[in-house]
Amino acid sequence: MSYSKRNDGRGFDELRPIEAKAGVIKSADGSAMFKIGKTVAYAVVRGPRDLYPKFLKDPTKGILRVNYQMMPFSGVGERIKPGPNRRAKEISMVTEHALSNIIILEKFPNSVVDVYIDIPQADAGTRCAGISAAAIALADAGIPMKEMVSAVAVGRVGDKLVVDLDYSEESFEGGASDMPVAVTSRTKKISLLQMDGELEASQLKELLEKARKACAQINEIQKSALKEKYNVEEVEENDSE
Amino acid sequence: MTEESKLLIKEKEIVVPGEELAKGMDFLPSAGSYRSEDAIVSEVLGIAKVDGKVIKVVPLTGKYMPKRNDVIIVQVSDVTYSSWSLDTFSPYSAMMSMKDATAEYLERGADLTKIYNIGDYIVAKVTNVTSQKLVDITVKGPGLRKLRKGRIIHVNSNKVPRIIGKQGSMVNIIKEHTGAQVAVGQNGVVWIYSENPEMENLSEKAIRKIEDEAHTSGLTEKMQVWLAEQVGGKK
Repeated sequence: MSYSKRNDGRGFDELRPIEAKAGVIKSADGSAMFKIGKTVAYAVVRGPRDLYPKFLKDPTKGILRVNYQMMPFSGVGERIKPGPNRRAKEISMVTEHALSNIIILEKFPNSVVDVYIDIPQADAGTRCAGISAAAIALADAGIPMKEMVSAVAVGRVGDKLVVDLDYSEESFEGGASDMPVAVTSRTKKISLLQMDGELEASQLKELLEKARKACAQINEIQKSALKEKYNVEEVEENDSE
Repeated sequence: MTEESKLLIKEKEIVVPGEELAKGMDFLPSAGSYRSEDAIVSEVLGIAKVDGKVIKVVPLTGKYMPKRNDVIIVQVSDVTYSSWSLDTFSPYSAMMSMKDATAEYLERGADLTKIYNIGDYIVAKVTNVTSQKLVDITVKGPGLRKLRKGRIIHVNSNKVPRIIGKQGSMVNIIKEHTGAQVAVGQNGVVWIYSENPEMENLSEKAIRKIEDEAHTSGLTEKMQVWLAEQVGGKK
């Protein structure tokens, strides 16, 4: 079954409209909101802080804990049962792996950084939105990082290769496969790669290339979200001089 | 300087982690940046500062990390047989042994709570921080003491240099105008005491104002005017 035009009229390589903001939750050490189309992710960072229970402490490096969850009302269908489930645990784990590669954990031994990712509204690509939000929140919290990370889902809908699938595309009748990819900002390394569905080897290569390009775009938005929060200070400084 | 070496940012520019600050081997990374092959890369969100060949990034956010020789305000969280355990308001707690706490002779098994009890605030100095972030602290030194009366407020530790000012100019202005006693710890804990509660309130307000406007220039003069107005209004 062919997929000639995207459901929301985008180009096949086009991302949904993105909005990002740093420092949205004042009580946190760092926080961010990342919105891509109808998918919204909030990330909160607390730490580095003292780690309990004590036996979890690692004297050589800090520990990163990620907790991802979807809010009960975030879906379009039935209420999502709150609390950890198989899917949330898996996503928490892969996000943790994607982020622990970029954070310089050796700088805060014996302590922990907690990242909480909440999805108030979901329209596919929540783990990617979560990672993109978490990267902004970590930088906002002043956590030392080698670089930033951005994530996007790419995939095949019908016979077309597309970037940033929404829910209607993920559940396309003619068959679809999606592949969340996280790419670091400077070295362009892949820190998350999962796949749901079937792809041919040549398609995979093409999609990875598309994901790299899309992540570079997202990274620019993440950067400007951070600079926007702190730039207010810079502008005022120039004004008063 | 060779042809290939190039600075990629402007002085005082805000940079994010992973942003390349300079290319070439002529530049050296300092605090907040690292070298990756021939590039100097930022590792924190902060303001880039270039001093000759050395590039550093001054962080804009983040928690206080204990550093040697910092004067900080700590709170006693526990008293053991021969030492005190202290909350430094950072990810790491500190220890203080008997010999660092007092000059007087203590008998074996003396009651240490008589010197510093749980909940007491102390102006203390960090004597050592190990790589595993064990923090040692002393109260022996000029200006280091237990704090009595007054109030404790917490400010963003990244703004402490602004609150203190050059050679303590900012803090001295507050002290002069309000007559209050003020102690600022590098960890963002501030102690204020005045016999006149109104002046204590005013000092706190002034510190909050500095914290909010830490980025503006000419703040010292501005605070001088503001404090004179406020004090004048109270009299």
